[in-house]
Amino acid sequence: MGYEQYKDVWVFIECFEGTPKNVGLELLGQGRKLAEGLGQQLCAVVIGKDVEQGIREAEKHGADKIYVVQGDEYQHYSADGYGYAFLQLCRKYSPNTILVGATINGRDLGSKLAVSLHTGLTADCTALSVEETGNVVWERPAFGGNLYAQILCSDTRPQMGTVRPGAFKKPAPVEGNHAAVIREDIHAKDIRTQVVDFIKACEDGTIPVGEADVVVSGGRGMKNPENFEILKELAGLLGGTVGCSRAAVDSGWMPQSRQVGQTGSTVTPKLYIACGISGAVQHVAGMSGSGTIVAINKDASAPIFEVADYCLVGDLFEIVPALIKELKARKQA
Amino acid sequence: MMKIVVCVKQVPDTTEIKIDPVKNTLIRTGVPSILNPFDRNAVETALQLKDTYGASVTVLSMGPPQAKAVLREALSMGADRAYLITDRAFGGSDTYATSYILSSAIRHLGPFDVVLGGKQAIDGDTGQTAPSIAEHLDMIRLTYIMSMEIEGDKVIAKRQVEEGVEVIEARLPVLCTATKETNKPRYATIRGKLESLKAEIPELTLEDMKDIIDTTKIGLKGSPTKVKATFTPKRTATGVRIEGGPQKMAASLLDCLKESKVL
Repeated sequence: MGYEQYKDVWVFIECFEGTPKNVGLELLGQGRKLAEGLGQQLCAVVIGKDVEQGIREAEKHGADKIYVVQGDEYQHYSADGYGYAFLQLCRKYSPNTILVGATINGRDLGSKLAVSLHTGLTADCTALSVEETGNVVWERPAFGGNLYAQILCSDTRPQMGTVRPGAFKKPAPVEGNHAAVIREDIHAKDIRTQVVDFIKACEDGTIPVGEADVVVSGGRGMKNPENFEILKELAGLLGGTVGCSRAAVDSGWMPQSRQVGQTGSTVTPKLYIACGISGAVQHVAGMSGSGTIVAINKDASAPIFEVADYCLVGDLFEIVPALIKELKARKQA
Repeated sequence: MMKIVVCVKQVPDTTEIKIDPVKNTLIRTGVPSILNPFDRNAVETALQLKDTYGASVTVLSMGPPQAKAVLREALSMGADRAYLITDRAFGGSDTYATSYILSSAIRHLGPFDVVLGGKQAIDGDTGQTAPSIAEHLDMIRLTYIMSMEIEGDKVIAKRQVEEGVEVIEARLPVLCTATKETNKPRYATIRGKLESLKAEIPELTLEDMKDIIDTTKIGLKGSPTKVKATFTPKRTATGVRIEGGPQKMAASLLDCLKESKVL
């Protein structure tokens, strides 16, 4: 096939203010699987001003090698800066496969790299495997989760894909793993954008929907924004957080940051409780990977019951308060 | 005067798509075609720039002749002119080839000060085409913007990222992608609608752009990614039905969750 010079599976470890985002570490788990399938090494790429924590976490989560580009110009993400640094690494080391988290900046970087390298990029993959030919099979939803497609990039290298945060579980730390750290002196000179200010999202003290072990979600059946209070109470008792369907966002009841589904977040909590959510494919695409799914809905024919492990057909305004009461009673006992 | 171009796509209304429960295939017939919602925000962004600073707004779409419907919609909102990029040779293009063809059309019609698109299309959901256009044109890209202002040849944009909002400065020309949060798209006026029906929408074909297009980068052959297979997700109800009144249901559910060590 003539791809011998393209070696190894690379995972971009995206960091914010020096802290690696979960998605990069989640991808190390998938990257390991692909690297084994290809008989190659698993490498992490860390770019930033502060890189040490990224290096440590990548090593802890199983990378064989870590490529590091450090510089003041990498304090904030920029397509020009990060794109240049990543491209120089690719030209020098010729990776076979590149995995990037489908975050705002990851998508931005992925498209830049793929066009610069004249190669294919498959967005928002939900399953990855390797064919005997050495091609990665990139599986992704389309048409709002109504259809899944398997995509190949058979004629060019590197083969590239983005994967949504939360689509895969973070691998367990690999005890005593030792990674070779390769620091490259690459400096991007032509960064045409400048971050002049950064306004941090106001922290309301709740857990982001993508990081919670328990997510209690509400949909159209919640009827109004005030009713979400009971979901907050239930989520609080379970040590979780509140999510919602697109219907709740479109109605203005909940912020978009809480939306689970195709156009919101993908979540894989231990427990997902869907309240008054019909279970449109767009929503299911974002939560079907949850450990245990509980559905509460008045309509026994709602499609959410097709993916639920526990089906409660009834009025959520009776069942949720009953759950809260029962949980409180058991906590006291 | 500032020149703006907006790239839009005609998409099936994915919220209307159903699965045939017997054959487990996509039912496409009867599904309405719409202007991609995020592209509507991109058109609105262009029109607001036009209202504030004065600009000419061109709209482009690549697709079959029926995609002219979404171009007419953009015209009815207030865009000045529209082109349909259409050719059999463009069929089967992936995001790399599509963005290359669109970038060639922009080169052919340009130069432009601002290129706009929606953050993603609701059918493919890749979010790659617009930023890839920027790369083919070696333009500055500002993806997922919440707002943009222009001062002389400078753009000041707010960009939504997971941790907050970046305020970014750059020099024109730039490519920006709009989201639902960027603005609230205006409705077309009756007069706009009537005028858009009469508007001539020229077609741009491979022949029109043959001097600037590399034919090895277009269509199915020019696409680095290929679809190996498609399938519809299987859904089989295997859940446990929890019966009883609210209080009984609550207690039984918690027992089940405890037993299976979820809680």
